[in-house]
Amino acid sequence: MLLIHCPYCEEDRSELEFRWAGEAHIARPENISAISDEEFAEYFFLRNNEKGLTYERWRHIHGCGRFFNAARDTVSDRFLTTYKAGMPKQPLPETGASEKTVETYEATEGDAR
Amino acid sequence: MRRYSVFAVAREAMRAHKGWEAQWASPEPRSAYDVIIVGAGGHGLGAAYYLAKEHGITNVAVIEKGWLGGGNTGRNTTIIRSNYLYEESMDIYEHSLKLWEGLSQDLNYNVMYSPRGVMMLSHNTHDMQSFKRHINANRLYGIDNEWLTPEQAKAYVPPLDIAKTARYPINGAALQRRGGTARHDAVAWGYARAASDRGVHIIQNCEVTGIRRGPNGEVLGVETSKGFIGAKKIGVSAAGHSSVVMEMAGVRVPLHSTPLQALVSEPLKPIFPCVVMSNTVHAYISQSDKGELVIGAGTDQYNSYSQTGGLQIITHTLDAICELFPIFRRVKMMRQWGGITDNTPDRSPIQGITPVPGLFVNCGWGTGGFKATPGSANLFAHLIAKGEPHRLAAGLTLDRFRTGRLIDEAAAAAVAH
Repeated sequence: MLLIHCPYCEEDRSELEFRWAGEAHIARPENISAISDEEFAEYFFLRNNEKGLTYERWRHIHGCGRFFNAARDTVSDRFLTTYKAGMPKQPLPETGASEKTVETYEATEGDAR
Repeated sequence: MRRYSVFAVAREAMRAHKGWEAQWASPEPRSAYDVIIVGAGGHGLGAAYYLAKEHGITNVAVIEKGWLGGGNTGRNTTIIRSNYLYEESMDIYEHSLKLWEGLSQDLNYNVMYSPRGVMMLSHNTHDMQSFKRHINANRLYGIDNEWLTPEQAKAYVPPLDIAKTARYPINGAALQRRGGTARHDAVAWGYARAASDRGVHIIQNCEVTGIRRGPNGEVLGVETSKGFIGAKKIGVSAAGHSSVVMEMAGVRVPLHSTPLQALVSEPLKPIFPCVVMSNTVHAYISQSDKGELVIGAGTDQYNSYSQTGGLQIITHTLDAICELFPIFRRVKMMRQWGGITDNTPDRSPIQGITPVPGLFVNCGWGTGGFKATPGSANLFAHLIAKGEPHRLAAGLTLDRFRTGRLIDEAAAAAVAH
């Protein structure tokens, strides 16, 4: 289970309190009735689905109820940062953006040393 | 290829089993092929087999970054059924079910297809109405599916708790008797052996890192960890990694990849005669021929490629299993794992041409791709060979997200795959 930092409550809370809400920073076209079918499909259905760094929305549904954005690594599931809705993409902490999955006991043992 | 038979077993018994040959070859890649299939799971290997068998295209390579059958083919809970609601879905899953029935003979490989029945439990009025709608739709389309009272369900599955005071009371069930299970590893191995016998190259431990394209946008081949390999046609059958591979050709697909977990118990004597699914409390269970209870959980809510999944998901599933089948409360769970499923917005698969000439895609099978393995592979081979979809898969195109002609199994059914 993930531990997620809500930028509004300013607390680390369990994933059970949160609802994932898809890719972040997708703006609804302002001229929605004028755009072509291709553009609508692009906006409505097509998603990046990155392996590695992803920007996504979460909602603290059993807490403050507010949406916020997060940067997360989809290979390790580690949250790199969370920030309030409406803010631009935030700079990431220095540590590597993408981590390899730890697949063997030997690999974790090496880290421990 | 030496055929497997009772005589082969007897012959080998006489000479200390020294005459068995490798089931498939592991050749070095050629510089170019007519067709390259990315992903050696059941769907990819099967497509290569049907390309060779039904379309006479044998200059084919199946390229796999890990080992064959090591992805979702080896991670699913092996459930086979075809009781879907819409005609597009029924077409492809029923085509698949019919192929399952003769697959062991076709491949000369025992895939242990066992039509032991798939039962879906109804817990409330909504479930009952939804299942009866499915049953009627299926029967009108010539697919078996029937309604059982709680007592009839109990007679079919004795461990089921049908008490009115149960935590999740049962007011009936839908049963597809032709549904069942198969041995998932054997499906990959059987297709690999039969394809290799017909000249298909299976190249394992070779990761595709790019798709090279020509001046007119057409595919020229793939960049891999073993160098460039040319191809006139490329079929992508990469399950949870479909987005990653398609992105190499600049094609975005409407997928999100999430972990789906399963777990097995310690082996028990035969106690559970069929597959039971409950969509409402999200749990499904069957017993393998080894005796392990095979239990499927739900997906995690977020995108991930971690092949693990959260503990709360399987805890929730086991809560439900223990309520539905109190007899299993003290059974110990032995192993748990996750696979990465590629889910589409309408929860129906995508199989079709792409905007890139020579590039074909088979993805979006989400949480239910195993049952479709022979049918999907068979129709994907047709698509690659002919350049246009087979009649049975004509509705599964990538273009449906532009035209709006979705196949909305998820909303119509609330069906777990």
